Amino acid sequence: MTRHAAAPGSWDGRATPASALPPVAEYSLRLGDDALVLAQRLGEWVSRAPQLEEDVALANIGLDLLGQARTLLTYAGEVEGEGRDEDDLAYLREERDFRNLQIVERPNGDFAVTIARQLAFSAYQLGLYRSLCGSADATLAAIAAKAVKEVDYHLDHATQWVLRLGDGTRESHHRMQAALEQVWPYVDEMFDADELTSVLAGEGVAVDPAALRPPWDATVSAVLARATLTRPEPGFHGRGGRRGLHTEAMGQLLAEMQHLHRSYPGASW
Amino acid sequence: MVTGVAEIREVVADVLDPEVPVLTIDDLGVLRDVRVEPDGHVVVEITPTYSGCPAMDAIRDDVLARLRDHGHADAEVRLVLAPAWTTDWMSEGGRRKLAAYGIAPPHVRGTGPLPLSLSVRCPRCGSPDTRETSRFGSTACKSLWTCRSCLEPFDHFKAL
Repeated sequence: MTRHAAAPGSWDGRATPASALPPVAEYSLRLGDDALVLAQRLGEWVSRAPQLEEDVALANIGLDLLGQARTLLTYAGEVEGEGRDEDDLAYLREERDFRNLQIVERPNGDFAVTIARQLAFSAYQLGLYRSLCGSADATLAAIAAKAVKEVDYHLDHATQWVLRLGDGTRESHHRMQAALEQVWPYVDEMFDADELTSVLAGEGVAVDPAALRPPWDATVSAVLARATLTRPEPGFHGRGGRRGLHTEAMGQLLAEMQHLHRSYPGASW
Repeated sequence: MVTGVAEIREVVADVLDPEVPVLTIDDLGVLRDVRVEPDGHVVVEITPTYSGCPAMDAIRDDVLARLRDHGHADAEVRLVLAPAWTTDWMSEGGRRKLAAYGIAPPHVRGTGPLPLSLSVRCPRCGSPDTRETSRFGSTACKSLWTCRSCLEPFDHFKAL
């Protein structure tokens, strides 16, 4: 195997340079990318879920997220002011320009893994949108007020399944616990603050991610306890999504999501 | 060609929701405002029921087509997000039409805490003895229920 020296401008293991986007555009892009990438993952369940009702449920949850992504990406483009619309941002950016958390890009795994992620992410997103309803940025506040009611249903859906699988048969309990172990390494990243969130939170525009942790812990711990599941021990933690560092699965996801638009620019139904 | 705001509103108010084609956008509370600017430019504001509601594009096209047919080619449809849509904006007439169509209408949420165990009446036989099969139904706004009395499955428009 050949080791290549890092050429100027190529990946050297560190993050891409700080984004050139205006702060509010960058923030909107982060939240929009989370919703977009998870919507893409949930769409993969269509025709493959364990029962028809779940096929419909996961597709509908994905559709809610896609709707949120559209408004957030549209807003990011407007604030940027370079004429990029939701499609340009969704389909024509490279992997390193995506700002989503790694938890949403991870492969679906079995149904339990998808549900474990739904619990972790929906509980995070519910707290985020609830706080964001009071944002000093009127557009972000309006998007959050709309989305918070949808995410309420998403968290409820995930909670019902974690209870049913965790406190179910020996096999379902075992697989639900294994699913938590797979998802947990990507939990901490949701609550990482950085310079952008500090500045924007100081202006009352963004939510401080670290402040979302205590209520998240309380919500999730209560569900796991009722489901007779054990909270995984802290260990390895993935980080870097907000700076454009992604796991191997991300490139494959983008290839599928973007290929039609890139191969046939302007294609429509 | 109609010119008054009230008349123009009437022209667009009975555009149907393509996914629940017995409800108009006025019944749903999706139609928020109609304005005519001094130069005759018509602005129609609509709000989505759910962020990802795919009916919005169809509704926008239908509104513009109606306006064109009534002499207003110079028009636009704006999507407004705030205040967020709620099923409480659905008209009484809309709720009755929904039930007659076979979809159990949403409960009124009001401003107080929502009691979680309100029963949903079967739109076919009227029995309150029903159960939720799945919280997510054929569209984002509906859940799937089954009646224990007549055994028929039915859709319920979720309170939001």
